[in-house]
Amino acid sequence: MGIKLLLDKAHVEGIRYFDVYRREGGYRSVEKALKTMSPEAIVEEVKKSGLRGRGGAGFPTGMKWSFIAKPEGVPRHLVCNADESEPGTFKDRYLMEFLPHVLIEGLIISSFALGSNATYIYIRGEYAWIPDILEQAIAEAKANGFLGKNILGTGFDCEIYVQRGAGAYICGEETALIESLEGKRGNPRIKPPFPAIQGLWMRPTVVNNVETLAAVVPIINMGGEEYAKIGVGKSTGTKLISACGNINKPGVYEIDMTISVEEFIYSEEYCGGIANGKRLKACIPGGSSVPILPANLLFKTAKGETRYMNYESLSDGGFATGSMMGSGGFIVLDEDQCVVKHTYTLARFYRHESCGQCSPCREGTGWMEKILKKIDSGKGEMKDIDLLWDIQRRIEGNTICPLGDAAAWPVAAAIRHFRDEFEWHVLNPEESQKRNYGLAHYADAREVVA
Amino acid sequence: MIQFSEERLTKVKEIMNRYPEGKQKSALLPVLHIAQEEFGNWLDTPVMDYVAELLSIEPIEVYEVATFYSMYNLKPVGKYLFEVCQTGPCMLRGSDDIITYIGEKLGIKPGETTTDGMFTLKTVECLGACGYAPMMQLGKFFREHLTKEKVDAIIDECRQNAVKNN
Repeated sequence: MGIKLLLDKAHVEGIRYFDVYRREGGYRSVEKALKTMSPEAIVEEVKKSGLRGRGGAGFPTGMKWSFIAKPEGVPRHLVCNADESEPGTFKDRYLMEFLPHVLIEGLIISSFALGSNATYIYIRGEYAWIPDILEQAIAEAKANGFLGKNILGTGFDCEIYVQRGAGAYICGEETALIESLEGKRGNPRIKPPFPAIQGLWMRPTVVNNVETLAAVVPIINMGGEEYAKIGVGKSTGTKLISACGNINKPGVYEIDMTISVEEFIYSEEYCGGIANGKRLKACIPGGSSVPILPANLLFKTAKGETRYMNYESLSDGGFATGSMMGSGGFIVLDEDQCVVKHTYTLARFYRHESCGQCSPCREGTGWMEKILKKIDSGKGEMKDIDLLWDIQRRIEGNTICPLGDAAAWPVAAAIRHFRDEFEWHVLNPEESQKRNYGLAHYADAREVVA
Repeated sequence: MIQFSEERLTKVKEIMNRYPEGKQKSALLPVLHIAQEEFGNWLDTPVMDYVAELLSIEPIEVYEVATFYSMYNLKPVGKYLFEVCQTGPCMLRGSDDIITYIGEKLGIKPGETTTDGMFTLKTVECLGACGYAPMMQLGKFFREHLTKEKVDAIIDECRQNAVKNN
């Protein structure tokens, strides 16, 4: 069993409620932080922990916190990004649904560290039943003196509000989220100014992912240095991985980032192997926008080294032969899956979610969807594959926010690693409608255990 | 006349108080959700105008938001809205078959409503239930690990609820 810091109490009956959570040691970190530490000391502790943003970008959290401007007389805000929308990602949902107090506890300390007296949780609209769970947890924390006025007699006031989005992937981008929270369309802002200087209502704002803020709890409890000892290199602490696709045990797992990708897929403790005795074809290890890897590049890097479930190892080889940790949305494709079709569904997703502000993304995502649909339905031509490559290349890096990149990368990686499958669709239009291409040379070296 | 119930009006006031003075526009998304609940699960223009008035903003500020977000319905939908996810992870677990099956069973295509106004079938993009695929949103909750048998049961359940509520 690996180390668990966030989900260690997930099995405890009634852990969703304050009394049980408190009895299990909950809210100790709030007492420690508010009574014995200064806001600056908390920021330092988070810096020492090496915690990196768990939403996908992996930016060091302590550093992000230290950027917040503190102009005299201007309120500051902490905003929790619970707009989890990256296909393959459902870890924050799990945390909020089953362990809401972990998030609330992390939010109180983080609000204190940043000087936020009004903190907002922006949750995707489709998680429509979760605000009730969070609001219940907030009310319980408040009734027990951990929220509201003069928390634990320290003089610190803090309110946490839950706000639902209404269906827009783009609102997971922090400036789009801020716009949405202000009651506007989710159009990302041009940076600078960064939210740390001018964010919500043009006030200094920090936006952090749910899992990131929850991780502040064990960091304060155990100390940043101890937290940094877990994991490897710059991948410190634990990471929640939401595993899905053609595996035996889809679900949310907490890992300490020292296990190999092979172990994660095949061990009974995690994914439990490929479903229905099939063989592994490919995997998107960090949410739909990160590059897909064929099985032969998944367990070993191009250099032949074991690939591990952490930031550095997953991106080893760059985009040529590696991928990314991203949000931890781990999507597994078995031998019966069609990479062209799967990529088409992702392109359709990004076209649907483009906010329309930048032409390369607005137009390009539509073209990619149409061309992929054409190839998938057996009507493609060879030149379409090159056109697809050309379009993704012209979107990447040419948009205000990273949605353009997120849309371009999956298409680029699919062509990079599975070009023969695209060509097979073009050369075999009729056959491609009747059967899938299969494994070809991507095969996992492991034999199937029937 | 378009008017929130007393209970919902209290809720709207409470939400407006979550933001600083003069920033009541921030309440727009939550209030549109409430408006949809109150007025038949879609946002007719007079409803949006009413929300604009409540928040002291221009109607256009409401229209541009209502048209941006996918959860706001800009035309009437059936009593039961089946929003079935079709993105990659759900596709890998057979969402295409589920969408086809629901369509055949109800005699409608995605985007259509049954003639009795009971069901609308809509395909949606990733709802964050990838590990429990295939899935759909029905009202406030997700229905996960869908099979044809489960779909049959859900349709029966909706029909029974409709009879009960009449």
